[in-house]
Amino acid sequence: MILRATRTIAIAAAAALLASSVAVAAQPQTSLNEIESEVMCPVCGTLLELAESPQAQREKVFIERLVDEGKSKTEIKDALVREYGDEVLALPQDSGFSLSAYLVPIVAFVVAAIALAFAVVRWRRASDGGGEDAAPPPPGPSAEDSARLDADLARYDL
Amino acid sequence: MSVRSSIAVLAVLAVVGLLVFGLVSKGSTRIAVGDTAPSPTLPRLDGNGKSSLAAYSGQWVLVNFWASWCEPCEEEAPALEEFQQQQGGKDFTVLGIDSRDLSGDGREFTRKYGLSYPQLRDGNGDVAHEYGTNGVPENYLVDPEGKVAWLTVGPVTETMLSEEVLPLVREKS
Repeated sequence: MILRATRTIAIAAAAALLASSVAVAAQPQTSLNEIESEVMCPVCGTLLELAESPQAQREKVFIERLVDEGKSKTEIKDALVREYGDEVLALPQDSGFSLSAYLVPIVAFVVAAIALAFAVVRWRRASDGGGEDAAPPPPGPSAEDSARLDADLARYDL
Repeated sequence: MSVRSSIAVLAVLAVVGLLVFGLVSKGSTRIAVGDTAPSPTLPRLDGNGKSSLAAYSGQWVLVNFWASWCEPCEEEAPALEEFQQQQGGKDFTVLGIDSRDLSGDGREFTRKYGLSYPQLRDGNGDVAHEYGTNGVPENYLVDPEGKVAWLTVGPVTETMLSEEVLPLVREKS
């Protein structure tokens, strides 16, 4: 009798544990709202959250089904890429050739900043007159001109 | 020309080149009658391997771009299946290309309309782009040499199939 009751309790506990683990597995990990701002409607060429076309509606239903199955955002995006290709992602992937979409602007910005810094330094040297390209100071008056100037000043008593 | 000038010219050329590449890769021109039909390899819609238009070389092929979410595609599907039943064989086949569609939805569509002709899958729409399509449905009749002999934008009807497509297929088979 006691053995039977113990067995029954053990089976019930195992069933409860199994049920709770299944429930946890099917728990939504993300939402349609979260994903539709990060993927495209391939036919409309806009973000899925802005699209209302029949293809966009099907794509939203597809995402909702995967959300209900407890799939993560990454898993759902991977499934969308398998269906529609990389173009379905609003942001390029951070691996492979797509990584250049992030790296090229950074490299271009750094190169532009360095070029600008060099240009500013050169301009400042030029304006201070200390630069190697600065124009030489104009020559002063010759001795003859100075003597004539002094004579004129004395004559007119200025 | 100084080194500095050369670098500046190269930088300008690189920027112009990128702009031209962007414009060329974005644009697409619809292929015309007489052009060679593109024939890239695509996965079969049923998931069993890959195929291409080239696999039907020597046959007349009516390439039909469609998608399960497209209502006009639903309108034309019965006419296409009927035409395949009547004319399909060693000299002619309809070849469906499910474009920018979910594969599960596409397979459901073929079951719903009992489509028996071969179906390929163009998930990202690259092949539709190569043909220069503006949407779905669009149909291209390709002759046994791989040249486009006839095309129509929008759904085909029984009348178009019997009065425009069939004479071409019969005349030159």
